[in-house]
Amino acid sequence: MNREIAVVAFAQTDHRRTSDAVSEVEMLMPVLHQVLERTGLKTADIGFTCSGSSDYLAGRAFSFTLALDGVGAWPPISESHVEMDGAWALYEAWVKLRTGDADTALVYSYGKSSPGSVRDVLTRQLDPYYVAPLWPDSVALAALQAQALIDAGTTDEPALAAVGARSRADAEANSHAQLRGSVPQGDYLVRPLRTGDCPPIGDGAAAVVLAAGERARGLCERPAWIRGIDHRIEAHGIGVRDLTDSPSTRLAAQRAGAYERPVDTAELHAPFSSQEVILREVLGLDDRVRVNPSGGALAANPIMAAGLIRIGEAAARIHRGESDRALAHATSGPCLQQNLVAVLEGDPR
Amino acid sequence: MSAILKAPLTVEFPFTRSLGPVQSAFLTGLRERVVLGVRAGDGRVVVPPVEYDPVTAEEIRDLVEVASTGTVSTWAWNHEPRRGQPLGTPFAWVLVRLDGADTALLHALDVPGPDAVRTGMRVRLRWAEERSGAITDIACFEPYDGEPEEPAGHGGEFAEPVTGIVAPARLDYTYAPGRAQTGYINALAERRNVGERCPSCRKVYVPPRGACPTCGVATAGQVEVGPGGTLTTFCIVNIKAKNLDIEVPYVYGHIALDGADLALHGRIAGIPYDQVRIGLRVEPVWTEGARYPDHYRPTGEPDAEHDTFKELL
Repeated sequence: MNREIAVVAFAQTDHRRTSDAVSEVEMLMPVLHQVLERTGLKTADIGFTCSGSSDYLAGRAFSFTLALDGVGAWPPISESHVEMDGAWALYEAWVKLRTGDADTALVYSYGKSSPGSVRDVLTRQLDPYYVAPLWPDSVALAALQAQALIDAGTTDEPALAAVGARSRADAEANSHAQLRGSVPQGDYLVRPLRTGDCPPIGDGAAAVVLAAGERARGLCERPAWIRGIDHRIEAHGIGVRDLTDSPSTRLAAQRAGAYERPVDTAELHAPFSSQEVILREVLGLDDRVRVNPSGGALAANPIMAAGLIRIGEAAARIHRGESDRALAHATSGPCLQQNLVAVLEGDPR
Repeated sequence: MSAILKAPLTVEFPFTRSLGPVQSAFLTGLRERVVLGVRAGDGRVVVPPVEYDPVTAEEIRDLVEVASTGTVSTWAWNHEPRRGQPLGTPFAWVLVRLDGADTALLHALDVPGPDAVRTGMRVRLRWAEERSGAITDIACFEPYDGEPEEPAGHGGEFAEPVTGIVAPARLDYTYAPGRAQTGYINALAERRNVGERCPSCRKVYVPPRGACPTCGVATAGQVEVGPGGTLTTFCIVNIKAKNLDIEVPYVYGHIALDGADLALHGRIAGIPYDQVRIGLRVEPVWTEGARYPDHYRPTGEPDAEHDTFKELL
């Protein structure tokens, strides 16, 4: 079945270093209520619900089941979960809507990184035989990638610092962001990456409502139509890959139709400054494209929600009439291992 | 509202994994000071070896010995080693392409400072003194300026091959239960059981989790429930749990506290196990210094009528 799907509403929390006072579902619920209010839908009206989160952030098995309380997960709800960033939950919901099984979908994701040490937690997603026993943390792996770029002459430390500075300056306009304005570049965390090249560690949640065809027009004045969406993965062995390139992003972008016509906005999920350098090159984004007007992941990186937020931010610019054709990208895994690209468009004005 | 509760939470697990034929040969090789790669469909030698071709996904198992000397293909200086990492002193993370290999292995390089590392530098593998067949059998790499070592051409067949690894994992958290559960736990410390009422369907949830799972709205307003309740269902436990000092058989049941719309669970005692029945009226028994009821015992009231708790089954 060939039906057009659009993002019709987006909401996110304020992203903060800690959120001790609330549980995951307590953090998530206001965001769920906001997207529903924006569309006038009630939980019982939603055709399909899909969420993204990770047990390793909470340190508890099946932690997503508690968050389900927030969506009225009562029969006959149609519901699913991905142990991934919410961008992949959105992909699953998009497939569900494309099949015609549902007309509307609620997609949400959340991450509380504050209870644990996220650099150590993320080592648990690595190859358990050859890599995880060495406990290489997420910053160390990103630093290897950054050094590979520097060795290749693609970037240098001042250029990386400029990426962080621009992101946090742009985040001035984003009241949800965790780091805003002038932020010191700081000391090396793992050389060549300094604090300013790395994402803040924080807690947050986001939610999106998708709708198909005429239903979308009824729920949103200017729906953000998903013209294409695709996700690809690379070899899990880091030493097998060319860390200065991102063939999976290139392929996903191609399959999503990103190269067919220029975009005016790109929301890139680049938790490390060096990763933005790679993504800009691979996606062919020149200075005419507004990159990460939200501040991106360097301003707020709630793990498991930051990718969904890229899609939400891109869609919201279309809703507001600030963009006509936007690209949204999400990543997961070390050194841009997995990449998702979506192309969103508003109706012609 | 009282202070936010927090408690340390450690998740620790000895991850026990079995190995496939290629992984087994590679890790057994490390035990025997032999480094093996695998030849992929395009002729490249992949080290550490994988069982499926990175390009075609075909199963591969053509093992090739490579040298224990190699070249740094990229690096990152780690001035503050973290728990579990290969060296306790500052070191460089390195990707090393061993002589004879076409891909790189991730490990640590032992050098005094970042000025002693560069991409392209020559390094040699340093073996751990005690080796068991794990990636940590490689202690680290060290600078090397000699000739490339010549591999002996080992074919990957070993006596007593390693068939599994145990990879200990430990993550430390600070658990914070959030607003609703903090209220519940604090009330328990005062020997009170509290729930929260859904503003939409009016149901009272015990323990409260902050949201009504039926309506998807925040619950609000504590409601004191109990202390008495009705046993809605139960089971008889005949297997003694590890580290639990309770004689078997004992009874574990669902208890609908008076005023609650959800049954919680607890142990039933103070009555022979074979006389426990659905509808039994029970009350909590608190022991000195405990933060929650030790068990529930019969109140002596007549059993509750089925109609009074049938919605809670």
